[in-house]
Amino acid sequence: MPLAAAALKLEDLKTAPFDPRFPNTNQTRYCYQSYVDYHRCQKIRGQNYAPCDYFKKVFHSICPNAWVERWDQQREDGTFPGNI
Amino acid sequence: MLTWKTLLLQDSASPLMEQLSFFHDHTLMILVIITVLVGQLMIMLFFNQFIHRYLLEGQIIEIIWTILPAITLIFIAIPSLRLIYILDEINNPMITIKTIGHQWYWSYEYTDFKNIEFDSYMIPMNEMKNFNFRLLDVDNRIVIPYESQIRMLITAADVIHSWTIPSLGVKIDATPGRLNQISFSINRTGLFYGQCSEICGANHSFMPIVIESISPNYFIKWISKMIEI
Ligand SMILES: [Cu+2]
Repeated sequence: MPLAAAALKLEDLKTAPFDPRFPNTNQTRYCYQSYVDYHRCQKIRGQNYAPCDYFKKVFHSICPNAWVERWDQQREDGTFPGNI
Repeated sequence: MLTWKTLLLQDSASPLMEQLSFFHDHTLMILVIITVLVGQLMIMLFFNQFIHRYLLEGQIIEIIWTILPAITLIFIAIPSLRLIYILDEINNPMITIKTIGHQWYWSYEYTDFKNIEFDSYMIPMNEMKNFNFRLLDVDNRIVIPYESQIRMLITAADVIHSWTIPSLGVKIDATPGRLNQISFSINRTGLFYGQCSEICGANHSFMPIVIESISPNYFIKWISKMIEI
């Protein structure tokens, strides 16, 4: 989704909401669960199912980029430990 | 920012730090009262004439000086617990910023809109301008809109670090393999300084943190500029 720089407004600032499943300081699981949910959602509903994008937005907001890269690599190699 | 004459806490720049400052003053007041009281008792004991030669016990005074400290502790514990739970609260953050501690620099990620990443190194002394603060200024500051709820997610890539801004009342460990969350909002514009607060190796002292707090409208402009780059 290309964001035109000039079109960016204050109202566009949105981020992953508070999730009552993860009320603690430790948010590791929020990141991991959203990542797994996204790929599981894609596997079940296909590549172009729009509601899956919610999880994508969340894990992009919450997960450090290095973690996402590592997990993408693991999925490619077939060594990802999660259940997708 | 901390200067030579800062003997107590730094001036607060966030609602949470205001509350922490009040709590500090409240506790210090109780502390001074106890110190004066105990000091007076000790002086009295040193200089008395041992008039009560056959004194063995005093039930009433024993009861009083057991109950009184217990009540005093309640007056410290209740505001303290209240603060702990307020500090943990996260209410509808506007943006999420991630910070990753490295040996020995901080890197930041703004990924709500597009992927903005940058590293934040201390400016070494030989590259310093006259207006820079020694060991405290960085090449890339974290830009944050003021009076907005910020969610900060902290982690580390190698060893434990600790991300700290004293004037915002924020101090949280950066642990490898774990994401820690803290939320805050800044009262005003300005520059806010902090330093890594967990011994992380040789250059632990040389990985400062600088926040540049600006108005949300300018923040939007900054974001747009960063996306273009
Ligand atoms: Cu460090």
